[in-house]
Amino acid sequence: MTDISHASDVITAGADGLAEARAANARQIRNAKISAAVRYVILFGVGLLMLYPLIWLVGASFKTNAEIFANPGFIPQQPTTEGYVKGWETSTPYTFGRFFLNSFLIIIPKVIGTAISCTMVAYGFARFDFPLKKLLFGSVIAILLLPNVVTRIPQYLLFRDLGWLDSFLPLWVPSAFAGDAFFVFMLVQFLRAIPGDMEEAARVDGANSWQTLVFIVVPMLAPALISVCLFQFMWTMNDFLGPLIYISSVDKYPVSLALKLSIDTTEAFEWNRILAMSVLTITPALIVFFMAQKYFIEGLSAGGVKG
Amino acid sequence: MARLQLSKLEKVYGGGFKAVHGIDLDVQEGEFMVLVGPSGCAKSTTLRMIAGLEEVTSGEIRIGDRIVNALPPGKRRIAMVFQNYALYPHMKVRSNLAFGLRLAHVPKPEREAAVQEVARILEIEPLLDRLPKQLSGGQAQRVALGRALIKKPEVFLFDEPLSNLDAKLRASMRVRITDLHKRLKAEGRPSTVVYVTHDQTEAMTMGDRICVMKDGHIMQVATPKELYDRPANLFVAGFIGSPEMNVIDGEIEGTDFRLGGQVISLDEAVLNRMQSKPQEAALGIRPQHMKLSAGNGLTARLRSAEFMGHEVYLHAMLEGKEITTVAGAAEYDALDRSDERIRLTPDLGHAHIFDRQSGRNVSLPLAG
Ligand SMILES: Nc1ncnc2c1ncn2[C@@H]1O[C@H](COP(=O)(O)OP(=O)(O)OP(=O)(O)O)[C@@H](O)[C@H]1O
Ligand SMILES: [Mg+2]
Repeated sequence: MTDISHASDVITAGADGLAEARAANARQIRNAKISAAVRYVILFGVGLLMLYPLIWLVGASFKTNAEIFANPGFIPQQPTTEGYVKGWETSTPYTFGRFFLNSFLIIIPKVIGTAISCTMVAYGFARFDFPLKKLLFGSVIAILLLPNVVTRIPQYLLFRDLGWLDSFLPLWVPSAFAGDAFFVFMLVQFLRAIPGDMEEAARVDGANSWQTLVFIVVPMLAPALISVCLFQFMWTMNDFLGPLIYISSVDKYPVSLALKLSIDTTEAFEWNRILAMSVLTITPALIVFFMAQKYFIEGLSAGGVKG
Repeated sequence: MARLQLSKLEKVYGGGFKAVHGIDLDVQEGEFMVLVGPSGCAKSTTLRMIAGLEEVTSGEIRIGDRIVNALPPGKRRIAMVFQNYALYPHMKVRSNLAFGLRLAHVPKPEREAAVQEVARILEIEPLLDRLPKQLSGGQAQRVALGRALIKKPEVFLFDEPLSNLDAKLRASMRVRITDLHKRLKAEGRPSTVVYVTHDQTEAMTMGDRICVMKDGHIMQVATPKELYDRPANLFVAGFIGSPEMNVIDGEIEGTDFRLGGQVISLDEAVLNRMQSKPQEAALGIRPQHMKLSAGNGLTARLRSAEFMGHEVYLHAMLEGKEITTVAGAAEYDALDRSDERIRLTPDLGHAHIFDRQSGRNVSLPLAG
């Protein structure tokens, strides 16, 4: 008898314990939900704050000139595409399309040239031994640390003597010969983190250095290469100083200069045109970024080695 | 398919470190040669020189009748299997296998047929359309093996191919590789193999012959049985065999081997085999050949016993030196352990005498 009653005590005690555990569990779930809600509200608030100028820019590009300064909100009262239409026409004989074309005539050879040349140079530094390698790599790092402005004048003189002024060449040719130390350095670091075994296996399989580079190294380097192209694209699109120095005729202006142009030549600033063209200017960069985002993120996380 | 000869092969690394000290090795056509030795003894360096992945400082490597020193890896007619598989991560298994043939401009239908054949032999047909990251370790290693096999090379090189696998898988892969080697031989295209490992079980079970290395020198090249029965020096004696051979230091006086206060009288079984009588000698005897005895023999103090199932390893102190002996489980149960003293009789027919100065075995039988 005593045994049995004792056993039932244990059972009820057990049931009590279980109920308590359930209650505690429910409490924890509720707390987790509340804290998640708080976190999201904060994140959303800060995000909105940071994006506000961009949102305002897009909103304002659809406003009339009068409204831009009268109404601080970003939703236009009387939406109009006048800014886009007039802005596209520009005050020059060329449409804005011409300037976009110019931009791409610089960007495309520059991005392709950078990807190819930097890969080759980085492969050389990361995988081969050659005389003066230390010195040469040291100079790459030195260039990396050197402020850009220091070389502007000698470069200008050089390109003047080559007769390249007022052409696109000074803007992309140096990059197409691995002139951007930052990208070389970035790829070298990425390559160093990739074990050399696959390349050795390829060599045993009969590949020469070029085949190893093309068939084995480049695919493994793809995430880093996509980052390189993306950065180069955005930086070139936004580059103002380079074209300002080397390009003098309006028909060769890239968009970055063309935007400035519309501020210069119009006496009463047509702000809505400028804003509308600014929106168009950032669109390609945004599109490219969102398209490449998947690979970009993959690249950041692909380093993990499977055991 | 080809004989592999290394002569006076040396390797000095960039920093001036001499990793390989002029080794000579002759691997016969169709032979399975295992390179074994402790970590850092330059097994990989030697193998990589044969593969052409590491430059040769001096000496000569011959494959068949060609001196391959100056040839790039792809032209040496070798294939290599790496420890961490080294599969091309962005290619499907199929392309991984076919990569070498593709570079050699083998037409597609032939390539496909070769892939199918290798996949069948290694039972990786269902895996052909997977990426390397979707494979388990054992599957990845089979693919790596396939990538070597498909090229029909003259020499196969393996660098610790099984050391990333668990014990069970390793045992089955071991059998798979030796079976494959035999099968190729039976099919009339014998393949020469150089297999690097630091696992002596692998070495003993797989090798036709074993090359024991230490610090860039070859200590002995012999069949597994010969290495076990007739180690050429103290290093090989200690390296091959488990539990390790007992090495007891002592002096030889006449026909007596003196260790501390005790004496072993060497009989004909040993004396006839001895080529010299070193003053400072060491007696080497495997635990299996140290028999427990009643009454006479060497006296040792029992320290611990390891129960291994059908036998027991006894660890004892003999004149301040730890020795091991193997006893049957029943024998151990019957042992009187009241005073911690055990008596041991070495089977001198299996004993070796080493010169402590040079480490050489001076008691090698001339034949048999
Ligand atoms: N690139 C290198 N530069 C300088 N020394 C090296 C280099 N590679 C290896 N060594 C040295 O050469 C010696 C032999 O190395 P190796 O890799 O051949 O050893 P191993 O026998 O394969 O060892 P493990 O069993 O650990 O793989 C080691 O002492 C090592 O430190
Ligand atoms: Mg090694």
